Amino acid sequence: MFRRTFLAFAAVSALFSTAALADSELLNVSYDPTRELYQELNTAFAKDWQAKTGEAITIQQSHGGSGKQARAVIDGLEADVVTLALAYDIDAIAKKGLIAADWQKRLADNSSPYTSTIVFLVRKGNPKGIKDWSNLTKQGVQVITPNPKTSGGARWNYLAAWAYALHKNNKDETAARSFVGDLFRNVPVLDTGARGSTVTFVERGIGDVLLAWENEAFLALKEFGNDKFEIVVPSESILAEPPVTVVDKVVDAKGTRKQAEAYLNFLYTPEAQEIVAKNFYRPRDAAVAAKYKDAFPKISLFTIDDEFGGWKKAQETHFADGGIFDQIYKPSN
Amino acid sequence: MIPGFGLTLGLTLMWLSLIVLIPLSGLVLKAATLGFSGFFDTILTARVLASLKLSFGLSLIAAAINLVLGLLIAWVLVRYEFPLRRILGAMVDIPFALPTAVAGIALTSLYAPNGPLGWLFGLIGLKIAFTPLGILVALIFIGLPFVVRTVEPVLADIDQATEEAAACLGATRFATFRRIILPAILPALLTGFALAFARAVGEYGSVIFIAGNLPMVSEIAPLLIVIKLEEFEYEQATAIAVAMLLASLVLLFLINVLQAWGRKRQGTA
Amino acid sequence: MNRDPLPIRILLIALAFLVMALLIGLPLVTVFAQALSKGWGEYVLALLDKTTLSAIRLTLITALISVAVNLVFGVMAAWAIAKYEFKGKSFLLTLIDLPFSVSPVIAGLVFVLMFGLQGWFGPALQGTGIKIIFALPGIVLATMFVTFPFVARELIPLMQEQGTEDEEAAVSLGASGFQTFFRVTLPNIKWGLVYGVLLCNARAMGEFGAVSVVSGHIRGKTNTMPLHVEILYNEYNFTAAFAVASLLALLAFVTLAAQSLLEWKKGHA
Repeated sequence: MFRRTFLAFAAVSALFSTAALADSELLNVSYDPTRELYQELNTAFAKDWQAKTGEAITIQQSHGGSGKQARAVIDGLEADVVTLALAYDIDAIAKKGLIAADWQKRLADNSSPYTSTIVFLVRKGNPKGIKDWSNLTKQGVQVITPNPKTSGGARWNYLAAWAYALHKNNKDETAARSFVGDLFRNVPVLDTGARGSTVTFVERGIGDVLLAWENEAFLALKEFGNDKFEIVVPSESILAEPPVTVVDKVVDAKGTRKQAEAYLNFLYTPEAQEIVAKNFYRPRDAAVAAKYKDAFPKISLFTIDDEFGGWKKAQETHFADGGIFDQIYKPSN
Repeated sequence: MIPGFGLTLGLTLMWLSLIVLIPLSGLVLKAATLGFSGFFDTILTARVLASLKLSFGLSLIAAAINLVLGLLIAWVLVRYEFPLRRILGAMVDIPFALPTAVAGIALTSLYAPNGPLGWLFGLIGLKIAFTPLGILVALIFIGLPFVVRTVEPVLADIDQATEEAAACLGATRFATFRRIILPAILPALLTGFALAFARAVGEYGSVIFIAGNLPMVSEIAPLLIVIKLEEFEYEQATAIAVAMLLASLVLLFLINVLQAWGRKRQGTA
Repeated sequence: MNRDPLPIRILLIALAFLVMALLIGLPLVTVFAQALSKGWGEYVLALLDKTTLSAIRLTLITALISVAVNLVFGVMAAWAIAKYEFKGKSFLLTLIDLPFSVSPVIAGLVFVLMFGLQGWFGPALQGTGIKIIFALPGIVLATMFVTFPFVARELIPLMQEQGTEDEEAAVSLGASGFQTFFRVTLPNIKWGLVYGVLLCNARAMGEFGAVSVVSGHIRGKTNTMPLHVEILYNEYNFTAAFAVASLLALLAFVTLAAQSLLEWKKGHA
């Protein structure tokens, strides 16, 4: 009884005490799967920054669906940096004048300090024998993916499948269209976000294969046990480049440009790249990549620029209102 | 005449305008930038219509089911003494207090094929989670407290002497219920129905977990609004919202008029 | 106290328990089972986490402000509507109901449309240092919008059922408006008022969708409890997510305590 009273007291007193304030503060607005990654990166950067400048710095995190996060920044969420799932979402912020139009050229590697790709997560033993994209359209195979309309990750899923079909059919768009249509007809549940799909697949036991970010698939193995699931690497997949940039309007108003730029540059350092690799993102740094080359399966990767002519075009053709993705769900009559 | 009419009505209108009407008019103005034809082009697509039909249809069914279940629970809580009565009464508020996302997750884990209830219903070949039935379960869950909590105080307030008099005069229990109790609680029942319905139409958080979200099948209208927002199509998103708002407005108004009419009739009878 | 035959009583009570167990009991058990799946130690640790505590603090502040404001408004609106006859009453009632039918996503969006950087007042606010959305004021506004009708809606059916005789008598004996309200009306509507406040509070603390739009999800800063639950859940930290959710479920026991207290007072009056 006493112990419980004490705990209640401790809880209440902690509730009304305020945390110590750091000298400066950055807000990183990011997408869903990067929470664990940035928690580690932020601690490392704060230490590095304090050692170099003597200034204590706190980095606040905000996570959510990539598109929703971009909208929040557009509507006034004061993000010093954005680290989103796809360039299109940052373009949308740039279009409102908050970020310089040439933002993607400001940092190395298309402003993407880490990359990932799309792989398959299947149940242990791979009972449906899923090896490649072509298996996903077979009858009786249930595919779990989030909705490309609401999830950035799902857009990479979709585009990877589309490009695969183009390659297999001599760039025949009609064939690609029917391939992707067949694939989505095998989808029994369209969650709104990547984590939702993982839960549907893992916890609810729905579906035979989950299309997921490589980092998410590895994380799922780590969290839910590799005795239950295994990763299948398709013959080819898409190179996903989640970009980062400074929000110019915000840092100039807050006077945090120096810190924000240092923060993003830090992401390219060997120390940060190690953290990136440990969190199952593919590092850009050649030395770190070589060190971790066995951790990541070999896979032939194509880029969105080569296959689709960039995000803007891909978005307009496939995911805009009435685009190809919408047509999959048009009633057949 | 009781004093305070001007004061209370005036402040009510002011507050209503500040918190509800002005923000909502912003919504309408945003949708209006689409123009008349743009508005209807957005609404009158097969997919939007299907989602509206699904949202409104299921909400009506859920509210009707809640009407019966809610009356049952309110009746038992007010009229009978039994063990655990207070616990039962307190649990009624759970659907409000539990964040909708949590409710959605909990319901999904129960009704998914590998959950206990999902397995049970699976035995008779019924799939609940990831079908429109799953949406219905979620909507019943979030709407139940509305009916219970609006009927309960009114039911408690009914003068039981009238009932006893009716019974003394030889009226059956059923006749007493129909002639004396039902008319007294009917406005509250209708209110509960209207509120449960209204709440269900707009519900998002609990439904997306259990719905399956397949276009044309289990995609609710609020999800389509979110999808439009993701496309940065604010105007179209607000257009769907305005269409839903107008439809709800008409339905709620009809229910309120019906109620006022019922009360007048009761008063003059 | 009642003359329903025993078999009917037992049947109805059993049915009520069944409905409550299936609809609300099982989801509740799911929440607590998950929260305690790693034992009490983990449960308490999850709740004492710094970001969890800041979410609890934010939720308490938000609920306190919105409930207090809506209480005052609700009583006035109920008074105006229940005690007087005037044209357009049904329409006013419908407008008060409206926030229920507005999808939570839209309830958040309307404030973004007003106070967002691209909204009506956003550009003017920028540079003044006043933050509305993605800060406490926006969260409170969205919560007030969503919980707007609760108190009024709970009181109106009850006050209508009670009629105006008592108040008229008080006024004819020379009581002022305020005296009439505090001495005559308030004791009569006590129950409805308590339910209204409890529901309003439960909903204010549990609101997810609307707050999600205006919060900005800054960890430890603008996350309310429901948003924090979602974040923890998305981090695969299921134990902590359900632990926080279970705190909200415990609100039901506040209802229980309030009810018991009132009944006890009634017995001792």
